[in-house]
Amino acid sequence: MQVKEFKIKWGMVIDIDKCSGCGACMVSCQVENNIAPMTQEDPHNHLQMMTTKRDDPSNKLRTLTWLNVYELNNGKAFPEHDVAYLPRPCMQCGHPACVPVCPVVATDKNEEGGIVSQIYPRCIGCRYCMAACPYHARYFNWWDPLWPDGMDKTLSPNASVRPRGVVEKCNFCHTRYMKAKDRAREEGIDPMELPEGYYVPACVEACPTGAIVFGDLNNPEHKVAQLAKSPHSFRLLEKLGLDPQVYYMSKREWVREQGDNHAAGDHNSAVKQASQGHE
Amino acid sequence: MDSKLFPEGATRCSFGQYLLWLGFISAMLLWGVYASFLIFYNGIGVTAMDNYFGFALWITFDLAVIALGAGAFFSGFLKYILKIKQLEKIINLTVIVGFICYSGAMLILTMDIGQPGRAWFGYWHPNVHSMLTEVIFCITCYCTVLIIEFVPLILEQKQLNRNKFIHALAHNMHVHMALFAGIGTFLSTFHQGSLGGMYGVLIGRPYAYRDGFFIWPWTFFLFVLSAVASGPVFTVLICTIMEKVTGKKLVEYKVKALMGKIAGSMLCLYLFFKYLDTWAWATDVLPRMGFTFDQMFYGLIYGKWLFWSELIVCGLVPAIMLIVPAFRNRPWMLYTAALLNCTGIVINRYVFTVQTLALPVMPFDKWYTYAPNWSEYATSLMIVAYGLLVLTLSYRYLPVFPQERELNS
Repeated sequence: MQVKEFKIKWGMVIDIDKCSGCGACMVSCQVENNIAPMTQEDPHNHLQMMTTKRDDPSNKLRTLTWLNVYELNNGKAFPEHDVAYLPRPCMQCGHPACVPVCPVVATDKNEEGGIVSQIYPRCIGCRYCMAACPYHARYFNWWDPLWPDGMDKTLSPNASVRPRGVVEKCNFCHTRYMKAKDRAREEGIDPMELPEGYYVPACVEACPTGAIVFGDLNNPEHKVAQLAKSPHSFRLLEKLGLDPQVYYMSKREWVREQGDNHAAGDHNSAVKQASQGHE
Repeated sequence: MDSKLFPEGATRCSFGQYLLWLGFISAMLLWGVYASFLIFYNGIGVTAMDNYFGFALWITFDLAVIALGAGAFFSGFLKYILKIKQLEKIINLTVIVGFICYSGAMLILTMDIGQPGRAWFGYWHPNVHSMLTEVIFCITCYCTVLIIEFVPLILEQKQLNRNKFIHALAHNMHVHMALFAGIGTFLSTFHQGSLGGMYGVLIGRPYAYRDGFFIWPWTFFLFVLSAVASGPVFTVLICTIMEKVTGKKLVEYKVKALMGKIAGSMLCLYLFFKYLDTWAWATDVLPRMGFTFDQMFYGLIYGKWLFWSELIVCGLVPAIMLIVPAFRNRPWMLYTAALLNCTGIVINRYVFTVQTLALPVMPFDKWYTYAPNWSEYATSLMIVAYGLLVLTLSYRYLPVFPQERELNS
């Protein structure tokens, strides 16, 4: 499949060396996008309470975490032991594995900005896209979403809630993008040339250390475009050729090496590629 | 009590025994119906699947029964298109087995998709680039073809067939069966292939991804070949089990051996390409993705024993047993080979489904394991019970085996 080019390509550069693993990005993502908490019982569904236990939040293979922070370590014992935290949103791949496999076009990469969409009312819940995505960026609604009484007041009017049985994922807080474009029109700004910082996803805003930088990768004036070319930057699983729009950077070589698989030889390739890109 | 409904000149077990057997099947069915009620009511959170294993027992079960049900289209092709006359002695059974496998797979799929009410979207909003779209198209169409192939057999039921119109309808449907066999062959070849293609295109999954071959995705052809290599002998196994249960000869051994020969030849062809495929995958595809062959396996649950079992014990061994006449003509060897062959194909569908997803692709991720829970077993057994019910009713009331009278006189 050919990579579709867009004038605007929203992207992130996440500085792993700045990430403290606090999880503020994950929390802000959950709140912004109306992701339901996990509740073991649905007090309104008596038949379900009698027959079935829903998952509690400790089952991390069932939770919905559009943005998930992974803990990496260098595999060495103290005192050489080192850890790093890697926040993983949807990579919004240029050549996505998930889009061509969807049987009903419930996910597409067809909008200026290059964000991979997810159309909840179209999704049939076959989970083929989840099988296709090597980043595990896609999540399935295993249960009816439920907000405990009172907590429903925290729901955001900006993001639609999803029923059970559909797949969902990070969309770079797409409603914020739409709002930013509306605001730009009101203020007489060309929505195709939004200034830096005019539109940022919730996780970027919430990060206390400024580890996540967001902007247009095609706009040389945006910081992301420059950072993506840093000798310390890399993308996850570049060898697969998915062309992600999310970059990472770290000055630590072992972190960069864990960005891809090198078991078949070819050690240090991520490092080499990054420096070649820089040259 | 119901003896007037039996096929011409056939004897069947007593009504009491029959009811007892139906009771056993019903118990299995009801357990599955309870599980499926919970699944439809609560959603598939009831199962043991999770965000890592979005495809699991149900998809493995579907792929396996669809491959094993391939006896229907392939035998139909050989009988009606290539005119291998001997196969008419077992063709009815292949159609019934095919019908059970495909309709059963579709029943499982209605549970498996998160939004069953939207199942028709595959037709309404098709993504022509998706292998799964093609699977949805062909499986539903082919299931319709199987119904059309099954109907004349039902119409030939002794009492029904007394009606002149039904008699004429059944006769005319038989006359035009070659057309449906042809359509069935076309549809079935394509979706068997697309099921393989579904995995071959997974660019982010090293265990399944195949590229660099002269036709891509190569798994398309491997799945077609492996299905036609196992489908015919699966029908032979079903037939033999029916013979053991009923204590009657239903199909002469010569026909079974012929089915074994056909499956054996296809298995040899399949294995030739599968070995080439495995070699190219291990030495070219995997290194390009940054992986080694050894990394594809983990512990006992996803160990290399599965790999060797599939390719040698349940691949090469049955292939030899089926193509060498001296082995094939000994019943116990034919049945053992058939069993091994079918097991090999089930392992293949299992590893492509589950091991593909279990393998960590991100270097800092780890292997996860999956085991089905009771609701997945119960619903899968429900389909087995449904199959037993269809086979039971067909055997008792329909003229499935043209040789039965002659062989048991």
